[in-house]
Amino acid sequence: MAGLLTPLTTWRGRITALLLVLLGLLPWYAPWLDAAGIISQKFALTLMTRVLILAIAAVSLNLILGYGGMVSFGHAVYIGLGGYTVGIMAHHGVQDGFLQFPLAIGLSALLALAIGALSLRTRGVYFIMLTLAFAQLLYYVGVGLEAYGGDDGLTINRRSDFAGLLPTRGLDKIVAFYIVSFVVLVLVLWLVHRLVNARFGMALRGTKSNETRMQALGFATFHYRLAAFVIAGAICGLAGALLANHTEFISPAMMHWTRSGDLIVMVVLGGMGSLFGPLYGAIAFLLLEEFLPSLLRLVLTWLHGGISAVLGGAAIGTLDAWLRLAEYWQIALGTIMILVVLYARGGIDSLFGRPRHG
Amino acid sequence: MAETMLKVDSLVKRFGGLVATDSLSLDVRAGEVHALIGPNGAGKTTLIAQLSGFLQPDSGRITFDGRDITLLPAAARVRLGLSRSFQITSVLRDFTALDNVALAEQARQGHSFRFWRSARADRSLRAPGRAALEEVGLAHRADDPAASLSHGEQRQLEVAMAMACDPRLLLLDEPMAGMGPEESARMVDLLRRLRGRRTMLLIEHDMDAVFALADRITVLVYGRAIATGTPAEIRANEAVRTAYLGEAESG
Repeated sequence: MAGLLTPLTTWRGRITALLLVLLGLLPWYAPWLDAAGIISQKFALTLMTRVLILAIAAVSLNLILGYGGMVSFGHAVYIGLGGYTVGIMAHHGVQDGFLQFPLAIGLSALLALAIGALSLRTRGVYFIMLTLAFAQLLYYVGVGLEAYGGDDGLTINRRSDFAGLLPTRGLDKIVAFYIVSFVVLVLVLWLVHRLVNARFGMALRGTKSNETRMQALGFATFHYRLAAFVIAGAICGLAGALLANHTEFISPAMMHWTRSGDLIVMVVLGGMGSLFGPLYGAIAFLLLEEFLPSLLRLVLTWLHGGISAVLGGAAIGTLDAWLRLAEYWQIALGTIMILVVLYARGGIDSLFGRPRHG
Repeated sequence: MAETMLKVDSLVKRFGGLVATDSLSLDVRAGEVHALIGPNGAGKTTLIAQLSGFLQPDSGRITFDGRDITLLPAAARVRLGLSRSFQITSVLRDFTALDNVALAEQARQGHSFRFWRSARADRSLRAPGRAALEEVGLAHRADDPAASLSHGEQRQLEVAMAMACDPRLLLLDEPMAGMGPEESARMVDLLRRLRGRRTMLLIEHDMDAVFALADRITVLVYGRAIATGTPAEIRANEAVRTAYLGEAESG
């Protein structure tokens, strides 16, 4: 028990613990936020479920990117495969989650094995391009699957059924699925924590640090890199199966290369090679994506009001013209990314103080 | 006569027009310290790279303990008991000194497909790791990141890692490169203690160290072995004097 509480002795540990508590208890205080008029309960839970699921995907990418030094630019392909597995099975009337999820995870692992076995023979830009190429290949397979909606995607009429344990309608469904996603995220974080600190993780991280030396010590580095690649693919496939359930919809867009890029951004933004970094990154990225436009509008309205009071309304154009600037919110997001990369190399995670060793 | 542990047969390695290893033959006997000397560019490091599996020879044969290892990858050779240190310090800079040697021990114990138990809490890795650091005189730096060690200390760690693989043949590529006199003396001391316990193929520019440590010396010039013999024989060898030692004296 003492070991479990030691993280609380550092600010970094306390912030992480607080964040996990806030996330875990959201279903219980969301009604209160709703009543206070801050945010609708349903909206908050739906948005945060998406954050949790993509955080799982980002944590899986961090295993190979942050701990293994493998810049996979096609990681969203496993989200797609996991999602399509659930969607296609549901389409054919197989709704049993105990079948859907293991299959989604297993197929993703197999796909990662194939992609990894070929891509990991290359390094640097070639590796990035190969992983991207494989993901795009699967993306176009998805586009070509006319029977499952092709480009338009496929609506899932019923979510995965886990022996009837999960509520199937109304707010209960949303709350239950949020809790499931949270529990899965915590389990995945725990799993990755064990992995990267076990012998396997030391071999993987050593290989990232200096592969030649690891070979000179007798490590068959390719095997450890490949194993990590497969584990990451499997976890990401799980995230895909969850995401399909969350949106009740699958489409090739789930595995578009820009989605893979988003995952990389989450990992870099949050902190590569830090256990909780991808979670911070997913939260920051998705919340900025969600709220930056309205935040910008708020700031622009305030600025417009202030300046027009001084210079007169006619001189600076209408408020509407100003508000249209908010459509370019992605420029602001890009600027934040650049600032993080330039001034906070370890991502958001590094802002909470230096990690204790290990 | 002791049995031959490593046998190199007419090894050839070309880089474009340059012949870095020119029909080189060499044998290392079990238990000896075999030094490899030669002027810069003689192909010493290229030879080590081929012996350790980081570079494929164009032709020739490398036999270790009677087994042909010419085509074996580096990691597999380490598992047979052939490990190397690097001329240019190659430690895992993000890890502590103890982590570095513990990783060598981890590799020695077999595969690392163990996914659950913390490696840093594993006494079967940490204890031999500490012993290895103790042996090279780095015990007090165990928990410091390798990147924060001085150059000399990193060289010691470099050798500790090669030794922690528990090799039967240790390939040491200029262990004293860039060391001050005090650190060098310490390294010679360490290698002297290892003498007899481990077979070593030692590349070194420090002639005092070489003549103090080596049982036999092979002189390499332009990728060719021009002489092999005891230190006394090498000292007396005319070809060696003109090709190498003379050069060193005038330089």
